[in-house]
Amino acid sequence: MAIGDPEMAAIRFGLGLGPLAEWDVRPDDMLLRLVGRDAAAERWPIPTFSEARPTLAEQFQTTLDMNAARDAADEARIAELNALRQTYAEDMSTLYWESFRNTLARASLSRDGFRERLVEFWANHFTVRSENSRTRHLVTPFVEEAIRPRLTGRFADMLWAVTIHPMMLLYLDQVSSIGPNSRVGRASRRGLNENLARELLELHTMGPEGPYLQEDVRELAELLTGLNFRADRGFVFETLRVEPGSETVLGQVYPATADLENVLAVIMDLAHHPATARHVSRKLATYFISDTPPQAIIDQMATRFDETGGDLLAVYEAMLTHPLAWEAPRQKVKTPFGFVPSALRGLGIGEAFFDGAPRGVLRMGFERQLTVMGQDWQRPVGPDGFATLAHEWVTPQGMAGRINWAMTVPQTLVDDLPDPRSFVDVALGQGATEPVRFAARAAETRAEGIGLVLASAAFQRR
Amino acid sequence: MRRRDFLVGCSAAAAPFFTPVVMAEGPWEARIVVIILRGAMDGLDVVRPIGDPDYGWLRPTLSQQEGEIPLGEFWAMHQALAPLRPLWDRGQLGFAHAVSTPYRDRRSHFDGQDMLEAGGNDLVGRPRGGWLNRLVSAVPNATSRTAFAIGREEMLILDGEAPVSSWSPEAGLSLSPQARRLLARVYEGDPLFEQASADAIAIADQVSLGSGESAMVEGVNSGTEHAGLARFAAERLREETRIASFSLSGWDTHNGQSRDMGRALGRLCDTILTLRAELGPLWDKTAVMCLTEFGRTAAENGSRGTDHGTGGAMIYAGGALKGGQVITDWPGLSEADLYAGRDLMPTRDVRAYAGWMLRQLTGLPTSVIESTLFPDLDLGADPKIVL
Repeated sequence: MAIGDPEMAAIRFGLGLGPLAEWDVRPDDMLLRLVGRDAAAERWPIPTFSEARPTLAEQFQTTLDMNAARDAADEARIAELNALRQTYAEDMSTLYWESFRNTLARASLSRDGFRERLVEFWANHFTVRSENSRTRHLVTPFVEEAIRPRLTGRFADMLWAVTIHPMMLLYLDQVSSIGPNSRVGRASRRGLNENLARELLELHTMGPEGPYLQEDVRELAELLTGLNFRADRGFVFETLRVEPGSETVLGQVYPATADLENVLAVIMDLAHHPATARHVSRKLATYFISDTPPQAIIDQMATRFDETGGDLLAVYEAMLTHPLAWEAPRQKVKTPFGFVPSALRGLGIGEAFFDGAPRGVLRMGFERQLTVMGQDWQRPVGPDGFATLAHEWVTPQGMAGRINWAMTVPQTLVDDLPDPRSFVDVALGQGATEPVRFAARAAETRAEGIGLVLASAAFQRR
Repeated sequence: MRRRDFLVGCSAAAAPFFTPVVMAEGPWEARIVVIILRGAMDGLDVVRPIGDPDYGWLRPTLSQQEGEIPLGEFWAMHQALAPLRPLWDRGQLGFAHAVSTPYRDRRSHFDGQDMLEAGGNDLVGRPRGGWLNRLVSAVPNATSRTAFAIGREEMLILDGEAPVSSWSPEAGLSLSPQARRLLARVYEGDPLFEQASADAIAIADQVSLGSGESAMVEGVNSGTEHAGLARFAAERLREETRIASFSLSGWDTHNGQSRDMGRALGRLCDTILTLRAELGPLWDKTAVMCLTEFGRTAAENGSRGTDHGTGGAMIYAGGALKGGQVITDWPGLSEADLYAGRDLMPTRDVRAYAGWMLRQLTGLPTSVIESTLFPDLDLGADPKIVL
């Protein structure tokens, strides 16, 4: 397979083949589109965390108002606030489902497929999870704010944006980490929480093989103690929470200045560490190319990472220009959220479907089914996010979910399913195999024929 | 999950795709359920050393929770375990304390769980697959139904060379005979897909033919996911399955521990009581082990929670076991007694307890347990947990 083969570009680095869009994509085009207008986001908008309503500040204010109203036994005010809470709950649910729908629509219809794949990759790399009803509608807005605009910048900038983001500070418990010897710590007798520090090292930067020890985790946690989130003010740096004294992380001493510059310095050092370049490069190559990517690709990417100070565009280019990135056999298996939109794309499901998709269809036809396939949308088990290896998805249960979806859902989405015999070529291109052609011909119904093509290994692998 | 012999009676296109066959009886009668408690359960909060002089000051708020259940002079059980009190009284619930895997110092959930499930001494060069899978392979006449991994999550503990099955109660699949034949065609030459889809179809068939008899359990939240896992496990264990494993999460109590621990233990109670009710008379032959990747810090942290630690506790239940006891070589909680000055010191390898249970329940020789199941483990003295 030559570098820049358009089909391979669409399948391996994009969102799959289909009848609607033009798929003539070369690596240069992919990168050009990536730095160009974000047309998919314009067509299918998702608010950023700062724009998304209700905000955490609004919800917090309602709680304060409610407490005051209860203290004053002001029944009319209490009723008013209950009505407001009801409105908020509806708004949150609406935004959650709109975000789901628009993410699905982008992944099905975008002509800038590499961008959507990168968003999925980085959102998973920097997993945040909503752990209560107040933030359930804010996970996609977090991605929209901290990750999507930074896909082509420096890794360090994305790392910084997610590290100080309220959703990350909440998810990894930074909001409850206080320097035990700080003013706040002594007064409240509260102390450190190492969660963010640990995941910064283990997941976000150098990886579990990285050259750090428990002492580094602890010193980093002490360095991070000023980072906090206040519902009424957003991200704040609070000197009074900072653990006094200098800290040493990976041999580098950070002075006892108790300011945000100090935190920025350590995050930058972690972002530019050679172990981070290797870990991030390996993870990208594993996500796109192979469960066991060739070392040569990783090396080329990590070298570019080091040379450019973590310029992500250069790292992607290093991947896309390596011949092995195109020659590796199709070994990766689509994630459930990769499979389902690629099926919609193959079926030519147009904008009208997404514009009018009722919540019930989104829930029963998509969200629940993704769960059976093994991907509970936005709710991975831990901060390491969803699996990326083939055998982690291709399990009896996961396959039951995929086959069941492929056989039953497409016919509910369109009036006339395509002829399975021609659909083979649309969906698989040159990847069409004789057994899949045979199955498409021999199926008893159109729906089964389409289902067999979509469930086939040829379609599931990329 | 991984091997052809699950598909006895099926040949690609000509014959019906899957013919139910009579499975061989399992090689032993005991039912073994291993529950992985993901997130690092705080053993010191589940089974509290109320008699230890250092316990109270290490945990100023956590030690003051109301309603804990005294287990003699020294120990008390978390109040959320109240539904299991009758099991304790009957000697069907017990604990091993100050235990851990050999995992030390990095305190990562993911590495810790890998270590626990792989069963080796070290993460680097760890044994392939999981120790429950190696148990299956060490047993003559095992079939793929001998062991079941249940739930959406990947269970490393049952992963490996030996044939095992996996399923989540919510999956279902109904296909025409022609669709089955053609599916086999489109997976030909891709063993991963071939195997997984064939197993999916076979299990879906078997589940849809299942007894579906469901005992109601008083006080158990039976509509929930964890109760569903337990019901499905019990259904399989009433048939030829002898080993079932699944996981429960929600143990990573960095803050507001008293609330989150209460919920997690509530789910565990539901799970164990559902197993007991659904297994009926088989409960007397059942051993449930609840294992977690590591314990948590001895001291409460600044946010009324605890951080990742080392030593912790194992919970066990079942009519085949000798409960009503907290087994431990208690290290104490004074600063000098703690591991790295912060964590409960593990005084015994949790694999030794698991190993001895398996030794007595399955009759596998000690040498196999110390070499194949848990490479290089010294089983030590028999804690005599099995009746």
